[in-house]
Amino acid sequence: METFQQHVIDPAICIRCNTCEDTCPIDAVSHDSRNYVVDPEICNACGACISPCPTGAIDNWRAVVRDAAYSLEEQFSWDDLPEENPAIADVTPVHDAGDDEGVTIQTVDTARGAAIPPRSAATPTTNLYGIKRPAEATVVGNYRLTGADTESDVRHIVLDFASLPFPVLEGQSIGVIPPGMDPSGRPHHARQYSIASPRNGERPGYNNLSLTVKRVVAGADGNATDGICSNYLCDLEKGAVVKVIGPFGASFLMPDEPLSPLLMICTGTGSAPMRAMTERRRRLHHPDDENRLMLFFGARTPEELPYFGPLKKLPTRFIDVNLAFSRVPGEPKRYVQDALMERISDVAQLLADPGTHVYVCGLRGMEDGVISALSAAAEAGALDWPSLHADMKREGRIHFETY
Amino acid sequence: MAAIDYNELIPNNVNLSSDRTLQRALEQWQPNFLNWWKDMGPDGSNNFDVYLRTAISAEPNGWAHFDHVKMPDYRWGIFLAPAEEDRRIGFGEHKGEPVWQEVPGEHRANLRRIIVTQGDTEPASVEQQRHLGLTAPSLYDLRNLFQVNVEEGRHLWAMVYLLHRYFGRDGREEGEALLQRRSGDQDNPRILNAFNEKTPDWLSFFMFTYFTDRDGKYQLCALAESAFDPLSRTTRFMLTEEAHHMFVGESGVSRVVQRTCEIMKQHGVEDPAEVRKFGVIDLPTIQRYLNFHFSVTIDLFGADQSSNAALFYSAGLKGRFEETKRQDDHKLNDLMYPVLDYADGALTTHDTAMLNALNEVLRDDYIKDSVGGVERWNRVIAKNGVDFKLSVPHKAFHRSIGKLAGHHFDPNGRPISAAAWQKNVDTWLPSTEDRAYVASLMGRVIAVGKYANWIAAPTVGLNRQPIEMEYVRFN
Repeated sequence: METFQQHVIDPAICIRCNTCEDTCPIDAVSHDSRNYVVDPEICNACGACISPCPTGAIDNWRAVVRDAAYSLEEQFSWDDLPEENPAIADVTPVHDAGDDEGVTIQTVDTARGAAIPPRSAATPTTNLYGIKRPAEATVVGNYRLTGADTESDVRHIVLDFASLPFPVLEGQSIGVIPPGMDPSGRPHHARQYSIASPRNGERPGYNNLSLTVKRVVAGADGNATDGICSNYLCDLEKGAVVKVIGPFGASFLMPDEPLSPLLMICTGTGSAPMRAMTERRRRLHHPDDENRLMLFFGARTPEELPYFGPLKKLPTRFIDVNLAFSRVPGEPKRYVQDALMERISDVAQLLADPGTHVYVCGLRGMEDGVISALSAAAEAGALDWPSLHADMKREGRIHFETY
Repeated sequence: MAAIDYNELIPNNVNLSSDRTLQRALEQWQPNFLNWWKDMGPDGSNNFDVYLRTAISAEPNGWAHFDHVKMPDYRWGIFLAPAEEDRRIGFGEHKGEPVWQEVPGEHRANLRRIIVTQGDTEPASVEQQRHLGLTAPSLYDLRNLFQVNVEEGRHLWAMVYLLHRYFGRDGREEGEALLQRRSGDQDNPRILNAFNEKTPDWLSFFMFTYFTDRDGKYQLCALAESAFDPLSRTTRFMLTEEAHHMFVGESGVSRVVQRTCEIMKQHGVEDPAEVRKFGVIDLPTIQRYLNFHFSVTIDLFGADQSSNAALFYSAGLKGRFEETKRQDDHKLNDLMYPVLDYADGALTTHDTAMLNALNEVLRDDYIKDSVGGVERWNRVIAKNGVDFKLSVPHKAFHRSIGKLAGHHFDPNGRPISAAAWQKNVDTWLPSTEDRAYVASLMGRVIAVGKYANWIAAPTVGLNRQPIEMEYVRFN
């Protein structure tokens, strides 16, 4: 049973001023003569509508089972918001969103992670381009990252913005609008991808950025259909022009202190923001930046692990890389949480440092395992995990982005 | 992009520094504006730190930045919504042609008149509300009042920018005159009548922000369709601010109603005289205030048949509400529209050319929207288990503009004699006694998190802040 936080508008507070409908970059908000409502099929919880709302009615979320989300008809009939179902709310992270591909929309999990950025983070630019005025970017590179003989087709795609301003920070994401219409004749909605390059470009000084995109294929990984946007992106040739919206994300950001310890935990294409942050630190090239980055990276096999080659070339004193493979023939399944447990005392040491920032990105299923491993590591280091976790959230030092 | 330059004397996103003449002209107008604010802005408030929203960019994510600031230091500036690429005229005879970036000579006088009339309402409402701070029912409400005031001030800036930038010397003179007229002044009043009325108490303020600022919304929406692109972009950004003003009104009345119903239930009283003994505003009085503000506001839409309105529309100067969402030819030459008429002692309707009835079209759209909020107040009443319904009066009730002016109708739209009107007017409109009673309740409440007895606390604070925050610091 999949649950998520559905974005809803409180009809008892809303004054029907139309600001949210006007602001929404992807047209998820609509209204009748009675209520303003949010389409759960479209809303990606980007938050663009939250601060312009004069009433606060917009900032409401209800944990629901995915298949039983409140329909537009139900929302139109409300006088008040329905009560929260505590049984569902307890197991549902806050501010989540859904997507029919299941891999594209990455949301900030504020139940486990912080809702605010690190204290020293640079100020992000968000929502510069919306669905009504998307930016155009040119594909200048499209490389396969995974072994040619594996099923998994993960691509490193480089987009160039030429003279168009598109300022980004590590940890932010962008939306890509696939061309064409869905079966009901509406334009496809945008899919969100984490940026895999640092703020000064995939190539330093160029106005470009990179994405890590996995081709979603029907039949594989429990997908019912081919992914519309991922196949579109993976098949793009150099020179193709892509419609892009964003940037998105104002909390999953790195601290702007050149020597802060980072604990990065990811699986598959969740490596994109980790690559961006690692590359940022590598380019800063601070002489004392040693033994401060620790990465736990899971994939099914080494061949399916994006950026396997480049990672291997980074000096171990710059980044401590721990890989976990769950499908190597003849070997026991090993997940990121297992790798974390193997390094429990080093993880504990990192957690004890008040300057450490933790980032988790990947499939939602990894969250529980990661949390229990972090909790065990804290305990091993004689730290009180619940209070440490709360402090880290309050200080913007722990961030989850899962899909 | 539309980043706002706060290093400039006048914050703006229109690249003001590239036009030295214009910049100098506005920099000369600025001290006059500040003097006007000092004289006619919120009474005695210059040293308060107020938790205000300031636009830091015209993009959706950036225009709502909250902090405590002193009001005279509020960064009034010139902000236009981002330009829409290749925007085309959406209605009238020029439909489909590119929008205008400069004023066409033949429309100069009319556009100036439209902008001056809109601009005049902005300082007028600040003047009308200038003493309300002395009787605010809470810090939260005081802050809301000040937010409305500074943003009305900014809307004046928005209009003056257009006058200075596009109308040369005439425009500069109009800019000065906007600072010289005074709400309610015998010799030099504000242009529109509703803006010369007093806003003597907070119930009037809430009614004003609900009804009259909603008129602002409809006027701005109609201007946002304009073929004159700078006017369209200016008003689109103003609309984002206007939303807060309507919120203050709708939630304000709602909280007054809530408090009255609580008291009625708590003490088991229904008779207005009894209700008043508990220091809250009885529902019939609220209805009378509603009748007054509604009827005065719908006059603002102008005469029900107007050749000016037709001219403005056909020329592309002013569209209809949500013009682009409508499914007709956007030229309206063959369309008819029903308007009210009074003949032989009876109220009738007759069809008239829609082009001439555009004021009426906008008025009817406005009425539909107004009724929605009143229904929400009724839900508050019903939820409290009180048997009473508020309603907006008939369109013909208490009108001073258009064909119905000079005739008398009751709130249900039945024609009545002048004598019958005189006899009943105090049951339909706030009497001197009603106003005196409401005024007697107005006393300043400034303890953090406390609310006057006649109004309920809001359900949520502003900008996710708690309702017991220190929204205003007096220093």
